[in-house]
Amino acid sequence: MALIPTFPSFGWTISLLQMLFVIFLAPLLYGWIGVVRAILQNRRPAGLLQPWRNILRLLRKETILPEGHSYLFLFVPPLFFFIMAGASLLIPFLMVSPPLAPVADAVTLVGLFSLARFAMAAAAMDLGTPFGDMGGRREMMVAFLTEPATLMILFTVSLWSGSTAIPSILHSFSLGHSPFHPSLLIAAMAFILVFLGENARLPIDNPSTHLELTMIHEAMLLEYSGPLLALMEWGSMQKLLLYLLLGIDFFAPLGISRGLSPLSLLVGLVALLGKLFVLGAGIALIESIFAKLRIFRIPEFTALAYLLSTLGFLLHFVLEV
Amino acid sequence: MILVLILVVPMSGALFLGLWGHKRFASAVNILFSLVTFALTLLLAIRVDTQGPLIALDENLFVDSLSSLFLVITGGVAATTSFFSLRYMTIEGEHGHLTPERTRLYLALYQLFVLTMIVVLASNNLGLLWVALEGATLATVLLVGWTRTPAAIKASWKYFILCGVGIAQALFGTILLYFASEKTLGPGGTALLLTHLLTVKTQLEPTVISLAFVFFVVGYGTKVGLVPLHNWLPDAHAEGPTPISAVLSGLLLNVALYAILRVKILADGALHSPMPSDLLMGFGFVSVLLASISMWKRQDIKRLFAYSSIEHMGLATLAFGIGGPLATFAGLLHMTTHSLVKSAIFFAVGHIVQTSGSQKIPSIREIAARTPGLSRALLTGGLAITGLPPFALFASELLIMAEAIKRIPYAVPFLLLALFITFGVLIFRILEMSGGETATPEISPSRSHSRLTFFPIWIHLGMALLLGTFFPAPLYEIYQKAILSLGVSIGG
Amino acid sequence: MTPSLLHPPTSPLVGFLGSALLLSSFAMLAMRRMGSLVRIFALQGILLTLSTLSVALAAKEPHLFFSALFTLAFKVLLLPFLLFRLLERLHIRGEVEVLLNVPTTMVAGLFVVVFSFALSAPISEMANTVSRGLIGVGLAALLLSFLMMITRRKAVTQVLGFLGMENALFFSAINATYGMPMVVELGVAFDVLVGTFVFGIFFFQIRETFESFDLKHMDNTPTE
Repeated sequence: MALIPTFPSFGWTISLLQMLFVIFLAPLLYGWIGVVRAILQNRRPAGLLQPWRNILRLLRKETILPEGHSYLFLFVPPLFFFIMAGASLLIPFLMVSPPLAPVADAVTLVGLFSLARFAMAAAAMDLGTPFGDMGGRREMMVAFLTEPATLMILFTVSLWSGSTAIPSILHSFSLGHSPFHPSLLIAAMAFILVFLGENARLPIDNPSTHLELTMIHEAMLLEYSGPLLALMEWGSMQKLLLYLLLGIDFFAPLGISRGLSPLSLLVGLVALLGKLFVLGAGIALIESIFAKLRIFRIPEFTALAYLLSTLGFLLHFVLEV
Repeated sequence: MILVLILVVPMSGALFLGLWGHKRFASAVNILFSLVTFALTLLLAIRVDTQGPLIALDENLFVDSLSSLFLVITGGVAATTSFFSLRYMTIEGEHGHLTPERTRLYLALYQLFVLTMIVVLASNNLGLLWVALEGATLATVLLVGWTRTPAAIKASWKYFILCGVGIAQALFGTILLYFASEKTLGPGGTALLLTHLLTVKTQLEPTVISLAFVFFVVGYGTKVGLVPLHNWLPDAHAEGPTPISAVLSGLLLNVALYAILRVKILADGALHSPMPSDLLMGFGFVSVLLASISMWKRQDIKRLFAYSSIEHMGLATLAFGIGGPLATFAGLLHMTTHSLVKSAIFFAVGHIVQTSGSQKIPSIREIAARTPGLSRALLTGGLAITGLPPFALFASELLIMAEAIKRIPYAVPFLLLALFITFGVLIFRILEMSGGETATPEISPSRSHSRLTFFPIWIHLGMALLLGTFFPAPLYEIYQKAILSLGVSIGG
Repeated sequence: MTPSLLHPPTSPLVGFLGSALLLSSFAMLAMRRMGSLVRIFALQGILLTLSTLSVALAAKEPHLFFSALFTLAFKVLLLPFLLFRLLERLHIRGEVEVLLNVPTTMVAGLFVVVFSFALSAPISEMANTVSRGLIGVGLAALLLSFLMMITRRKAVTQVLGFLGMENALFFSAINATYGMPMVVELGVAFDVLVGTFVFGIFFFQIRETFESFDLKHMDNTPTE
């Protein structure tokens, strides 16, 4: 690889930029989804900056701690936030090979995400309130059901490179394979389903209601308030962005910078923003079209994701070898 | 020319009866067409015997000794069954089960069914063979459900679905075969023609052919009624009108097995492994065992004989699996005699069911007292079907057992046990029905059956006796030629 | 030269349309409504047409255009039209009753796919068509339709499974050998058409006799 940066410090700068990009852009993406959704539903949009305003407002509020909380309860929100921020170092999206390349393995990422989810569910169960308990359980159920699909998608994608390391996946795609492969297309469909499930989006969970019978993610956050809640919300927004970035790396890596020249970085950035712009609108569209599934239909949804990912995996062997 | 004519006759028969089948004379016309078809098959067989195989219609039709043998059986049994149909339908009409419309449907479909079977036997193109065999299912499916009782509709639905599924597997086998042969014969029409395939059978790709053969056996085996694909068979035989049971059992099963045999020649040529034979032996063995066990507790007379058909087709399949000139000869003889005897039995059973008004064995009693002729016929048929001498099934079963001892000695005790069970059950049931306690208090002396009723039965049984005792030399030559065209060398 | 250079991999478009056909087979397994089942069947016909067209273009086999045209007329227009009319005439509506729940069926379907891909791998090795990879897909679609016939209870669903099987067989023939000889293809289509009519007759008979299309009622009919 002739493209390995010659000055390590430059690489670290890029990594830092990636982290800042995720931390500060995530609420904006959230706002963008909200805007498109509002327009599609004939409502007046609250504006791109609304999530930012929410976060800042929450940060200013005082924290009210519920009775019977333990350290776990206090400890989880910052942990969650920093896991997400840390994960942004592992996903290459501004350039192909960040300095953390040896660690930047897709399976590591999946592990990090499940650690974050586990922490969140544990904190929700810490208080012993019925809603937190229920939310935690449901969250773990969804996670347990989507995990196999997630792994199958990773494997399908890594079949091209022979490795689950994201930089080498990106590298093998840049070798001139056309991006239009049946197995990848099907895996991408599965990824969309997994994405919706993992991020508590609409057919699985409604992010904008607190209806006790159906909520999953929100139920876990009910007892949080003030800055702790802000950290949790902010972390979730980062997670959404991180998943999208991962999806872009896997299925639409075109345009990502492979060197350190300012021009290619700039082109990569513009392309990335464009993709996020389109994807955000796409999510809003999906959420406007589909109704929320009943809880007991979720296994069917995730079974579909698993089915698609496995089919993609298998089709690779018959069609593309 | 004669080859085309043999298709034209039943085709025009189907057309004619489709238009005028509701008329009074239609049943007689049906007999006429069937007889002409039979005469043509005989002529064809003589022609093939003296002049060698015939080819017609752009190589799509082809008849050699093997197919002419089956053609004669088909033509003959179809002709006698049309006689039986006449009687059967007259009595059904007297019972008021009949409308002219239904008679028309029955007669037209009957001719259509004969046509499809002749196409299967005379086809050189394995694709057309598939089409015709599926056509045979379609023609008979409505005949099986002809009485429109719930049980009949259920049986015909089952028949349709299971055979449809099965035959789809056979089409996949055909596709695989075409795939393999296209490499040597080139794309286009010739790659599915038997005559061409036979010349290149050693060059066909073994992996593809072995897979194709499995699909063929599963597909056509469903139609033969091989266990575990036999589920449709007892229902279809029990619920359909009896003439249809007779032709299903006596002809359709044969024709399906014939299709397997044709493919087996190719598989043997391409594979150089015992896989095709082993597969047939396995299916045959399981069929014989399970069929005989299933017969144990049957209370329905037609169902009982349907299981007996499964058993006999299993025996024939086993024989072809064992291979070699003797076993193959035994298999062919077994199929021939089974056709004759089983259809004769169904003729007798049909009249018995009509006179006693039930198919349940417990409510059929004292046939001997009411209609001695029927009782005699049934008993003779029973003795013939269970393989007692002097009938030909004795000879073929003996030969099969003798060959089985050489190839698969460990299976022989089970086979003998199965034959023994069948013998016991069938004879016991027949005697039970002939005599026994009166189920209906007063025995109504049934109308005298005219001699016409019995003559198809006795012709069939007489033929079986002839084949079992004094085997005519010219016939033996035909069988030998048929064995040769099955790719078995004589004298080995 | 390695074998993979001798036989180029399946072209992406052909591959994608084939995969979509496989997905439609799964969709038929998962559908709960009778009407949508027929719609999926029509969709499968469209995919079959497109797939045949793509193979025709990739392989430059002009006679496949006729096959595609024929598929369009027969499986996209005629058969769905007949089926819809049948549903309407017989007032069939409502849910498909399943013997196995949908996720379990799906997992069983996956096993079927693995099995058929493994079975057809050596055959694909030998094929020299542009769409050789899809032979396994054809076999998988065949067995999936078979699975659907096993796990569904209503007469209409069984018929759709039957027709799905025929689609799969046609698809296999196209991909393994660019289609069967014309005589055979026409003969098969004729059989399917007659079969559909016979099914139609059956439906009326079944309704007359059982007043329901659920095979449960048929199972309750004593046969002995």
